[in-house]
Amino acid sequence: MAEITYREALKRALREEMARDPNVVIWGEDIVAYGGGGAYGVTAGLAKEFPGRVRDVPIAEEAIVGVGIGAAMGGVRPVCELMTINFALVAWDQIVNHAAKQHHMFNRQIQVPMVIRSPAGWGRTASTHSQTFENWLASIPGLKVVYPSTPYDAKGLLKASIRDNDPVFFIEHLALYGTRGEVPDEEYVLPIGVSQVKRPGKHLTVVTWGRMLVETMKAARALEAEGIELEVIDLRTLRPLDLAPALESIHKTNRAIVVEEGFRTVGLGAEIAASLQEMAFNDLDAPIARVAGLEVPMPYAKNLERATIPFAEDVIAAVRRMMEKQY
Amino acid sequence: MDKDSLVSLYRQMLLIRVFEDKSAEMYAKAKIGGFLHLYNGQEAIAVGAVSALRPDDDLVTHYRDHGYALARGISPRAVMAELFGRETGTTGGRGGSMHLADVSKRFWGGYAIVGGHLPLAAGLAYAAQHHKTGRVVFCVMGDGSTNIGTFHAALNWAQLWRLPVIFTVENNQYAMGTVITNHSAVTEIYRKACAYDMHAEQVDGNDVLAVREVVCRLAERARNGEGPALLEAVTFRHRGHSMADSDVQRPKSQVAEWKERDPIPAFAQVLLERELLTPQDLEQIARDVEAEVEDAVAFADASPEPARQTLYEGIYAEPVSNMQIDGSLIAPPALGPVIFKNGTGNHG
Repeated sequence: MAEITYREALKRALREEMARDPNVVIWGEDIVAYGGGGAYGVTAGLAKEFPGRVRDVPIAEEAIVGVGIGAAMGGVRPVCELMTINFALVAWDQIVNHAAKQHHMFNRQIQVPMVIRSPAGWGRTASTHSQTFENWLASIPGLKVVYPSTPYDAKGLLKASIRDNDPVFFIEHLALYGTRGEVPDEEYVLPIGVSQVKRPGKHLTVVTWGRMLVETMKAARALEAEGIELEVIDLRTLRPLDLAPALESIHKTNRAIVVEEGFRTVGLGAEIAASLQEMAFNDLDAPIARVAGLEVPMPYAKNLERATIPFAEDVIAAVRRMMEKQY
Repeated sequence: MDKDSLVSLYRQMLLIRVFEDKSAEMYAKAKIGGFLHLYNGQEAIAVGAVSALRPDDDLVTHYRDHGYALARGISPRAVMAELFGRETGTTGGRGGSMHLADVSKRFWGGYAIVGGHLPLAAGLAYAAQHHKTGRVVFCVMGDGSTNIGTFHAALNWAQLWRLPVIFTVENNQYAMGTVITNHSAVTEIYRKACAYDMHAEQVDGNDVLAVREVVCRLAERARNGEGPALLEAVTFRHRGHSMADSDVQRPKSQVAEWKERDPIPAFAQVLLERELLTPQDLEQIARDVEAEVEDAVAFADASPEPARQTLYEGIYAEPVSNMQIDGSLIAPPALGPVIFKNGTGNHG
């Protein structure tokens, strides 16, 4: 089994699905000509392999998503790329009022089998270009929200998202594109809506997703040396939300922390902590804690930027606080 | 057009008028709730345009959609039942007046976010191009839609990719209550197409045959790969924007002047002059249409409300086994809520 990057895993998923289904098309800003395949290179080379099916489109996110919805209603399976998740704000009406509602509001007459791919992340890009909105997206009935953390999951879940008959918002992360992991050469598809234990442990459960999985795994390796074994749950899908592995884990560890990159207030972590406490109150020895990004518009300055983003050290600190405290 | 087809256009326009008047009555009786936007005065556009389309062409409309639903052949029963919020309505009481739809007739729905449906129409046109079906998409909006971003984004994209779509603006000269001279820098809406090098025409929206003729031509163009078009149909609403509109902002003289140009009596006159119908025939049609609308009301009133246990059905295309709703994990939605028991998840 070869190690490939998250970026390459995504590209392989796109390539395989395009080869499998002639109705799959990819549209996005600067995904063909610019730099040979997109601002972040995920689609590089695909336009040559699939002439006419990978296209540059106008910078008009409401149309990228909206034209995609209409095409999906008409039997095409568009994969629409928004260059960064920040630009999803321009398309918000199309995502919330149209993509997510069509099937229910029109009483099952209309399906919208489309994927919106978009990276969250940051990198000295200041406040308008350094956001993540999974808490908003995961609160919308009718939408599915997928956020893979490893190359293996990225490939299997993107393939599933393209085959899914509902609109899927597929969140990637700039800091994950270059990460490497084992991906089999054989074809596989992973189910949407199934969380996974990424690391077994017995002392404390960490529930996380996306880039924070990587930071949490770093924290777990560091804490292992101190004799603290974290059990790490990767949600992988944020809507529908599968909390069963987390509940099973808490039954064993009796302690849990939710780790997210977004804001703490009204963050997805708040929903997860509330649900877990409702369903596993008797298993808990301590209140569920949260690690999250700091609630400021992201500054440009390097030191200030780093100060707002959660890293492994923040997870470690939260774990120590919880393990030291007596209840 | 043969006699029967011409008479059918008249009958459809009258059906819409009578249906809308009856809807207003039912709204006053609180049988209908929420927003109700009536089509009185604009009937010639829906009827003329739909008659020019093939049955497999796609239709996407704004929220003033009753006229299009009826012109497309959706039964008055199903439309009225939807207004009543009943299971037998066009969307089983999910969408209401603003979101009628019947995909079996390729009527993809009324859309209630101004301009929100324009990109969808372009996307359906892409699907027609992708699948080489020869279908044309007819997309209708009001003059108030032509200032919002999606109007410009959709027209640009449609022209760029030569998509087979006809964007039609029913210019009734008011965006809700704001007169066109106060909402649009360009008041001859068809001229906005020049920004995208798109073919554009203007038509008298109160002349059903003129609308039919121009839509036939624009559909033919689009079908031949000559690309999209912007059509402006100039018209006027006989009633306010919605039932909530007291209509104080439009000068009474302007309303009266346009009522003089009512498209329905005007077309009746054409049929009488061509000796295709007699005054007795007109009376008979009126009686038939009244009876059809009364039947629709009776049907709607007798229809059941959608069942409470269907509430979660159709949120997703296939049942989602571990969807979390209202604090419980539920098994396939049809089975109803199942309280999660620790350690026995139903996932995977």
